[in-house]
Amino acid sequence: MLENITVSPSPHISRPLSTRRVMIDVIIGLVPAVAAAGYYFRVYALILIPTCVISAVATEWLCNLIRKKPNSLGDFSAVVTGIILALSLPPGLPAWAAVIGSCFSIAIGKMVFGGLGANIFNPAMVGRTFLTACFGMLMTSWMVPATVDSTMPKIALTEAGTKTIVDARTQATPLALSKQAIKSKSEAKVVNEQFEATLTGGIGGCLGETSALALLIGGIYLLIRRTINFHIPLAVLASAFVFAAIAYLIDSNAYMSPLVHLTSGGMLLCVFFIATDPVTAPLTKKGMWIFGIGVGAITMLIRIVGEYPEGIMCAVLLMNAVTPLIDRFCKLVPAGGKPNA
Amino acid sequence: MMNETSALVILVAAVFTNNILLTNFLGMCSFIACSGQIGTALGLGTAVTFVMTLTTMLNFVIYHFVLVPLGLDHLTYIVFIAVIAAFVQFVEMFVERFSPKLYFALGIFLPLITVNCAILGASLFMIIRNYTFMQSVGFGLGAGLGWAVAIVLMAGLRQKMSYSDVPGPFQGVPIAMIVTGVLAMAFMGFAGMVSIQ
Repeated sequence: MLENITVSPSPHISRPLSTRRVMIDVIIGLVPAVAAAGYYFRVYALILIPTCVISAVATEWLCNLIRKKPNSLGDFSAVVTGIILALSLPPGLPAWAAVIGSCFSIAIGKMVFGGLGANIFNPAMVGRTFLTACFGMLMTSWMVPATVDSTMPKIALTEAGTKTIVDARTQATPLALSKQAIKSKSEAKVVNEQFEATLTGGIGGCLGETSALALLIGGIYLLIRRTINFHIPLAVLASAFVFAAIAYLIDSNAYMSPLVHLTSGGMLLCVFFIATDPVTAPLTKKGMWIFGIGVGAITMLIRIVGEYPEGIMCAVLLMNAVTPLIDRFCKLVPAGGKPNA
Repeated sequence: MMNETSALVILVAAVFTNNILLTNFLGMCSFIACSGQIGTALGLGTAVTFVMTLTTMLNFVIYHFVLVPLGLDHLTYIVFIAVIAAFVQFVEMFVERFSPKLYFALGIFLPLITVNCAILGASLFMIIRNYTFMQSVGFGLGAGLGWAVAIVLMAGLRQKMSYSDVPGPFQGVPIAMIVTGVLAMAFMGFAGMVSIQ
């Protein structure tokens, strides 16, 4: 009789919330972005996303096998890492590089720290940063989506408008164009005109970053499901908007408009799916605000002043590193007492 | 070649884009050894910043007004090490006499700084990069602050990791090295923001 009753100390509030449920929610939230990637990049998405997921899952399985630990694939976190990593890769990346990235994400980004819950950096971003450091050229060649005809500004396209037999065409991303605009102090308008394209996704960029609308739908789903809190996304977007607006007001020829900054690059993917990672973000609400503002500020600093066109992955890693300090200074005060040191 | 990069720009560059620990990997030994606790890391970071700023200034004066005029610049390394060691000893005695509390707080770290290669590194970079006096001050302070930032971050991370189930072979120094590597990759993002010349 008694063995059918769960005996546990209070609180006795129960909610059917498990790691598995959270991860499945995140996967559902990623569906629109995956669909958009499939629509725009066709066969490339079809290769990259399964490659990343399979190699991430296989790495986790192997790590557990080596450590003789119980299998942890059931929580689906490796699947999430694989999808997020794939979505943050350029479509034309060779599959072998994606395999290296996913293995690094899981093995060095997560398993070495002791598995899910112990990792201090976001695994997908560790993998992506590693790939950027190793294969800089591969990680910065952007392909024109299959649905876009040649009216957009192109870099490597010679026979514009003609149906030539080419495997793929490359194109500057809005952020790369914005970098050029900053250097030449003009032509930011060209980028601003692509605002609509950044919303729908018909533009060059990483697999899952191009369609802002798809990411927004996924993000709103997660917010409604309460899988993520609104604090971090709001803080990142607000602080990025403020810094972009300051630059825009100073020189609207050189710096693109803040709205385009928010919809282009990895901003939305990061805001909803990466920065909100409960393991690597601060625990308290105040901490989340600080974390979000930091991510937004560092991203804009890198985008506007730095060498790289996109900085959000470094911003997330840096703020992941600051997270323990933020948590330490944002301890909650228990009712009627001081936080213990 | 003297140029006009301002001392402030060099200070910022030395903290972020050219962090002496995360881009040049100097001062790794005390970074790994003393990053177990945030309090200790903060103490050591402060001490390194202080010593680095002052020895860079001191070495600047000695190099440009003693070694170069006498044609003894092949002695740079030995003289710099001697200056740093003597200075640290002097600071230690001074602190012990006038602020025993700080002396005990810093404990072993003050003498340890003598053998911190980041300190010698900062002085040598100053010579290689032909800094003016103000630039050297900016660089010394920035490099020290950058080192302090890195070790405090590291201490926070290591305290967080002390609860995690790190695989046996990776416990302790190896995982610290991995974290340092990821941190260094993250600091790559700052590249090209400000130039250190």
